[in-house]
Amino acid sequence: MRSLRLALSLSAAIAAAGCATQQPQESQAVPNPQVKFGKPISNADIAAWDIDIRTSDGKGLPVGRGTVAEGKAVYDVKCASCHGADAKGGPVYGTMVGGVGSFKTNTRVLTPGSMYPYAPILFDYIRRAMPMDHPQSLTVNETYAVSAYLLNLNGIIPENAVMDQNTLAQVQMPNRNGFIVDDRPDTKAVRCMANCK
Amino acid sequence: MSTKRDDASGVVVDHRRFPESQAEPSAGQLINPIDNASRRNFLRRTSTLAGGAFATGVSLADAAPLAIPESNQGFGKPIPEDDYGVPSKFESHVRRRRTDVLKNRQNFSDWSMTPLQYQYGIITPNGLIYERHHNGTPDIDPAKHRLVLHGMVRQPLEYTMDDLLRYPAVSKFYFLECSGNGLTDWTKAASTTVQQSHGLLSGAQWTGIPVSWLLDEAGLLPSAKWIAFEGADGAGHTRSMPLKKVLDDCLLVYAQNGEMLRPEQGYPLRLLVPGWEGNVSVKWLRRIKVGDEPWHFRSETARYTDPMPDGMWRQFSFEMECKSVVVRPSGGMKIRPGMNEIQGFAWSGNGKIRAVDVTVDGGVTWQEARLEEPILDKCLTTFRYRWNWAGGPAMIASRAVDSTGYVQPTVQDIAKVRALAGFVQHNNAVFPWSVSAAGEVKNAIA
Repeated sequence: MRSLRLALSLSAAIAAAGCATQQPQESQAVPNPQVKFGKPISNADIAAWDIDIRTSDGKGLPVGRGTVAEGKAVYDVKCASCHGADAKGGPVYGTMVGGVGSFKTNTRVLTPGSMYPYAPILFDYIRRAMPMDHPQSLTVNETYAVSAYLLNLNGIIPENAVMDQNTLAQVQMPNRNGFIVDDRPDTKAVRCMANCK
Repeated sequence: MSTKRDDASGVVVDHRRFPESQAEPSAGQLINPIDNASRRNFLRRTSTLAGGAFATGVSLADAAPLAIPESNQGFGKPIPEDDYGVPSKFESHVRRRRTDVLKNRQNFSDWSMTPLQYQYGIITPNGLIYERHHNGTPDIDPAKHRLVLHGMVRQPLEYTMDDLLRYPAVSKFYFLECSGNGLTDWTKAASTTVQQSHGLLSGAQWTGIPVSWLLDEAGLLPSAKWIAFEGADGAGHTRSMPLKKVLDDCLLVYAQNGEMLRPEQGYPLRLLVPGWEGNVSVKWLRRIKVGDEPWHFRSETARYTDPMPDGMWRQFSFEMECKSVVVRPSGGMKIRPGMNEIQGFAWSGNGKIRAVDVTVDGGVTWQEARLEEPILDKCLTTFRYRWNWAGGPAMIASRAVDSTGYVQPTVQDIAKVRALAGFVQHNNAVFPWSVSAAGEVKNAIA
């Protein structure tokens, strides 16, 4: 009797210990060691890296300006070899013009004109990533100008428009309201095991 | 050259093999499962031996005295002074391969795929982990690399790699999957192999530190809600992430599977976002900026969004939902009647794998497969199902269930609620392989 009671309490203790060792596995939290090895840095010293634009309102757009004509001049020299004349597609990439209205068909044509909800995406992306062989080489004014040129080719701004830190964010893009936030899970599959078809 | 089990027992044989003449086999020629000589042997034996050979697994036709192998009769290769080991030359067909079903016209913003048909266990070797870059792989000197943390924080901070390596570390096993995995094979069988259809998937053990520690150190302002992560590559690749997920389990990773990151995996530092589309696990991480709203970058508007009915797009669809695939046997292989273990992987960005079911009759009946330990959160899980193939046409597929109760859907299930138009991401559908009467395994999505 006594040994049975001992055995029972032992097994309870083992079970409890088992639970205790499993708990940390379930939790993602690893205790913060509360050590600090980062060095303070000033905003001035970050400036050259601080290139992100909040594209919905243009926050972060630098002071500068560019015209459609200036943009075409830059584009023809630095972009056309991949994207083609008039951004209609070239040897490497497809068209960057058109596609507005195509999303309700089976062939959606994705271009900056048809897809971007906010015009400052052009500035952010061109500045950080284009041209691919020399990204971050365009000046601020060149980046505004190429943005203006692409918007004009897509029929979104007139030929005499000037894009700058204020006007670019005011451009209304056709796909402005084309997005919904993630609402998955959206499928309702069931675990059928027999006679499923 | 390849491992052969010529005992007519029906063990899957020779499916690992490439034609020797093909140094760089193209998609349709990846695998020549049984060479002609071995096929002739197989046919001869199966015709000369009664069915009993299948039952016992014993073949008398091959009776020949064994010679002493050359490897028993001399020096092996001496141990070099120093070395970095590589697989046997007889495994040289096991390669990461650039996409060749949807072929890009440049290979800077491009991808290469993991040979899942040759992966044994839940860890993808570092040299085989899939690649998806937006302007190639930079070659970064860790001594010069800097990480900056700024924005809506009390104190902007800068870190060297040496600083980051001083923190206590954590190691975790997670899968990584590109949201574009399977985009070529929604409704037509474009891919031949599972490498092409599912190879934007890998599994690894990742080592680094929780992002939350550095955010604590810098001091989040009360307005902080979203965080932008930016790479030091030629694309300056950038994504916005909700703060809640970042605080929950995101890691700053510097090592992977026992060694420092490979350059193509973000050396010397990357973000690792468990269970979410690979695109947000920004490689070559140079900057973390805290904000109060998402930035709506190109990679989260014009790309990595899902077409929906009525011309709409679903945005910030981060989680990679529960999915599974049979990797052996799979497209391009050839099997023999008898025992064939159906082997595959299941994973979920929303938790652990609870069950995997396997069908061999195209989805009319399903049987529960055996899950192999370890079964970890947001990690590849191995499943196995022993199938005694009688020899007629068959259609095999797997279906996973995760710890939330979510059941892996079919393409038809997904097509009811999304628009399968164009370049469609987030394909987690059940994927069938057909087996012909001759044992040839083919992509059967339709």
